[in-house]
Amino acid sequence: MDADCVIEVENLVAHYGARQILHGVNLRVAQGEINVIMGGSGSGKSTLLRHLLGLKRPTSGSVRLLGKDITKMAARELHVLRRNMGVAFQGGALLSSLTVGENVQLPLREHTRLDDRTIEIMTRLKLEIVSLGGYEHLHPSQLSGGMIKRAALARAIVMDPKLLFFDEPSAGLDPVVSAELDDLILKLRASMGMTIVVVTHELESAFKIADRITVLDHGHILLSGTVAEVRESKEARIEALLNRRSRQTEVDPDDYLRRLTGG
Amino acid sequence: MAESGASRVLVERLGRTAAGWVEEFGYYFALCAESLYWLVAGPFRHQPVRLGAAVAQMAAIGLSALPILVLLSFAIGVMLAIQGIHTLQQFGAETQVVLGIALSVTREFGPLITAILIAGRSGSALAARIGSMQINQEIDALRVMGIEPVRFLAAPVLLALLVMVPCLSFVADLAALAGGSVYCKLGLGLGYVPYWDAAVKFVDADDVYQGLLKSLVFALVIGLVGLSNGFNVTGGAEGVGRATTRAVVLAISYVVVFDMLFTYFLNR
Repeated sequence: MDADCVIEVENLVAHYGARQILHGVNLRVAQGEINVIMGGSGSGKSTLLRHLLGLKRPTSGSVRLLGKDITKMAARELHVLRRNMGVAFQGGALLSSLTVGENVQLPLREHTRLDDRTIEIMTRLKLEIVSLGGYEHLHPSQLSGGMIKRAALARAIVMDPKLLFFDEPSAGLDPVVSAELDDLILKLRASMGMTIVVVTHELESAFKIADRITVLDHGHILLSGTVAEVRESKEARIEALLNRRSRQTEVDPDDYLRRLTGG
Repeated sequence: MAESGASRVLVERLGRTAAGWVEEFGYYFALCAESLYWLVAGPFRHQPVRLGAAVAQMAAIGLSALPILVLLSFAIGVMLAIQGIHTLQQFGAETQVVLGIALSVTREFGPLITAILIAGRSGSALAARIGSMQINQEIDALRVMGIEPVRFLAAPVLLALLVMVPCLSFVADLAALAGGSVYCKLGLGLGYVPYWDAAVKFVDADDVYQGLLKSLVFALVIGLVGLSNGFNVTGGAEGVGRATTRAVVLAISYVVVFDMLFTYFLNR
C-alpha cells in the first residue's frame, strides 16, 4: 500500500438486486489529487460513489479510505472516519427544514462542542469561500440551483475534511455557473490541500479540474490516467465519449432474438 | 400439470407476501430498538437525541391537533349520550347512561379517536416528510455527515408521540365526558354536578390507566409505521404519495386491531 494513497478500491463487485453493476473495479487516489470519475448514464459511477461513501455494502472487494477498509468497519469506527469526509450531493441534499446557515453548521453542532459564536463565525467563513456570504438566513427553497450546490459544498467542507466527494457538480447548471464551480474546486484543493473525487459526465469540466480521470463503462474501468492520456486514448469507447458519438454495441443475433421473443 | 403450476405460483406468492410482512415487522422492531438505544445511550456517546427537536415535534403533533381533537371527542360524547339514552330507555334505566359514557370513553373512545386523528394528521405528515428527505438524498447526506438518521429524525418523533398521544387521549376523555354531560342536561335534565359526580364515582383509576396504556401502544404504532414507510420510499414523488397513503391506512388498521387485542387481554 502506498503511503500517500488515501483512497484505494480493490476488486469492487456490486450488485443491484440480481443485476451486476460493478465488475471488479480498482481505483487509487493519491493524497491531494483531484480524481474525476467519468462515464455515461448507467456506467456505474453513481454506484461506485455510493460505495466510496460507505452507503452500500459491496458483494466483494474492499474500499480503503485513509488506510482503513470501510467495508469491514464497525458502525462506530465509520462514524469517526466520516468526520474526515465531506460530500456534496448532486441535488445539494440540504435539509429543507433548516436555513442555509443551519445546514452548514449541522456537522459542527453534532460533532464538536464549540460555542455558538465560534460556530457562527466558521459558518460565515465557509459561506464566504463559496461566495454565499449573507445568505445564511434563507431556506434552501429560496436558492437557485447553483447556489444550492455551493451551499452544499460549504456544508461539505465545514469540518475541513481530508476527503471531498462531489457528485455531478455541473449537472443542471448553465455553463458560466458550472465553470465557477470548477474554479471553486481548484481553489479548495490549492488552499486546503484536500483530496477530491468528482463524479461527472461533463467532459469540459473533467478536463479542466482533473489530475487523473477514471473512465467507467458498464461497470468496468476502461482507463485511469492523466488528462493527456485520456485525450490520446485510442480505445473506441473513450473516443466515443470524447467525440459524443452514439454508442454502437455489437449485437449478438441469437441473444437479440431471445430478448425479443422473451424466451 | 397446469393445475400444479398454478398452485405453485399461488404458494410462491403467499410465501413472498408472508416474508414481506415478516420483514416489515422486523423493521419496526429494529427501528424501535435503535431509537430506544439512542435515547438511552446517546448522551454517553456524545450524540444525544436533541430535546429541542422532540419539543418542536410535540408542538406540531400535540398543540395544533388540540382544537380538532376536542371538537371530535365532544361530538363522540354527545353521540354516546344519545345512543345510551335511547337504548337504556327500553329498560327504563336511562339514568344509568353516565356509567356507559364514562366507561366507554375512558377505556375505549378517548384513546381510539385520538389515535385515529393523530395517525391521519401526524402519521401521514411523518411519512411524507421522511419520504421526501429520502428521495432528495437528505438521509444519505445525514449519514455521510456521521449523523445517524434514526437518532436525528426517528427518536425525537417517537419520543414526542409517546408523550403527546397519552396526553391528548386524556384531553379527549375530558372533552367526550363534557359532550355527554351537555346532552344529558338537555335530553334528560340531568344536572352537571350530579353527572360529574357519577362519572368520577364510576370511573376507576384502572379504567383511565387502561386507556392511557393503550394510547402508548398506539403512539408507537403510528410513529413506527409512518417512519418506516418514509424511510423505505422508492420511486420518486409518486412513491412519497404512495407511502403517505399506505402509512395512514396501515396505522389506522393496526390501531384498531391492536385495540381489539388489547381490550381482549386486559379484560380477561
